[in-house]
Amino acid sequence: MRARALLLALLVVLGLAVPLRAQSLIADLSDHLVAITTGFVGVDVLLFGALDLPEAPELEGQGPGEVVVVVRGPERAQTLHRKSKVAGIWMNTAQLTFERVPSFYAVASTRPLDEIAAHTVLAANGIGLEHLDFDLPSAKAAGSLREEWRQGLIRAKQREGLYVRAPGAVALIGERLFRTRIYFPTNVPTGLYQAQVFLFRDGQVASAQVIPLSVSKVGLEAEIFDFAHDQAGAYGLIAVLLALVAGWLGHALFRRD
Amino acid sequence: MQIYLPIAEISLNVFLLLGLGGLIGFLSGLFGVGGGFLMTPLLIFIGVPPAVAVATQANHVVASSVSGVFAHFKRGNVDIKMGLVLLAGGFLGSTVGVSVFSLLRGLGQIDLVINLAYVILLGVIGVLLMLEGGRALLRRRRKLPTSGRARRAWAAGWPLRMRFPKSRLYISALLPLSLGFGVGVLSAIMGVGGGFVMVPLMIYVLGMPTAVVIGTSLFQIIFVSANVTFLQAAQNQTVDLVLALLLVLGGVVGAQFGGRFAARLPADTLRILLGLVILGVGGKLLFDLITPPADIYSLGVT
Repeated sequence: MRARALLLALLVVLGLAVPLRAQSLIADLSDHLVAITTGFVGVDVLLFGALDLPEAPELEGQGPGEVVVVVRGPERAQTLHRKSKVAGIWMNTAQLTFERVPSFYAVASTRPLDEIAAHTVLAANGIGLEHLDFDLPSAKAAGSLREEWRQGLIRAKQREGLYVRAPGAVALIGERLFRTRIYFPTNVPTGLYQAQVFLFRDGQVASAQVIPLSVSKVGLEAEIFDFAHDQAGAYGLIAVLLALVAGWLGHALFRRD
Repeated sequence: MQIYLPIAEISLNVFLLLGLGGLIGFLSGLFGVGGGFLMTPLLIFIGVPPAVAVATQANHVVASSVSGVFAHFKRGNVDIKMGLVLLAGGFLGSTVGVSVFSLLRGLGQIDLVINLAYVILLGVIGVLLMLEGGRALLRRRRKLPTSGRARRAWAAGWPLRMRFPKSRLYISALLPLSLGFGVGVLSAIMGVGGGFVMVPLMIYVLGMPTAVVIGTSLFQIIFVSANVTFLQAAQNQTVDLVLALLLVLGGVVGAQFGGRFAARLPADTLRILLGLVILGVGGKLLFDLITPPADIYSLGVT
């Protein structure tokens, strides 16, 4: 896969050496489909691309710029519980449902984000975990409490490996090429993803590109999942029957008489 | 070797799951308990979502109980009449229980209810079993004459008295019926077969002879767990067939060994061992409830 990706990267560079004028950034993924199969143990997807060196005279000598990659999963509603101590026991005492939360969010960059651009610029582009703005019923949680819930959600997602921050994970090669790996863990939510690639120069977005990516179950895994949801009753009966047969088989195989 | 579980939506090691199934199967054959009270916490511990763990292990309990019950049938240790009466109550109870489960899940309190129920039940039963087993062991050591089985007379006045020749009992059918119902509710809410509650209740409340208790308990667990599996699959789509099959594969093998091992252990030792296992799990759950969590915020089921 690596060889193929490098070859692709090379082709991109060669093919675009001449017409690269309007766009100063071009990127692609080594795979546009993350297929969850029986043996799925998580997967690295390579994101690679090429930059055009700055042409404006005032930017000359400033280097190629900084690259930031953001991968977002489909937005879902997410319930969050908060525990507190009641009579010596830690129990969920409050809960809140965020209406639209990215199910997956990974951000990688050539340098730490705050060295690349100002907070306002990052926030405007939705870059960085601290700039994720979840819809939150403000009547329910206002001010500092709201911020606490937001941080709590981000931490909970980070523990699941679904929110990832990777400053320095984008490598620049010879000022023109860049690459990074995005890891999709085994509990990755399925659906349509977006990989956003930003080129920052002088603290501003100089160029950007969006690459679609799909995460889905394929083969037997997908069939079992669909069957369990579409024909729940039949699935339940089969589950019981299989267990009965397996139990009997176990007895029949192991008896000693 | 990792395998992706389509409903749980995570990858786990195949041999870990087989081993887990085998261990629980062994305990199931040994004690006549479904083993769900151990399986559920262990599955959650290795990363399976709680809802999936609860429903899937009910499926596993069906298989391990079927596999275990044959050995007891052969030795004539199943009181089918008693089993059927318990089962009638259990069917009703587990159906009610699955609905209560869905309700509590919606309220976000299912984990707490499950944990608290475990701590209380496991604590009480564990202590009872160990006391009883310890007393019996002392009696045997000192070669004291064993006192006759104490007949419970407190439900003597209940109507619908029935003869259970195998258990040498003549009691009201309402007693095992309500027992079956109560354990059925618990088994659905706690996601267990309920054997670990049923076995002591059959001994202490019904006054059944220990020899037929385990076989009869396994017999009725098969049907109650089958009911729970079906209802969880139909209502919540939380039964993971791939996970269940792996657990079953390990479980049926383990149950065979457990069943043979049980025949060689005296009843009092068996009780003390079961008491120890039950107290261990209960203690761990209590510990988790009272120690401060790593983070007070946690993701809920959507």
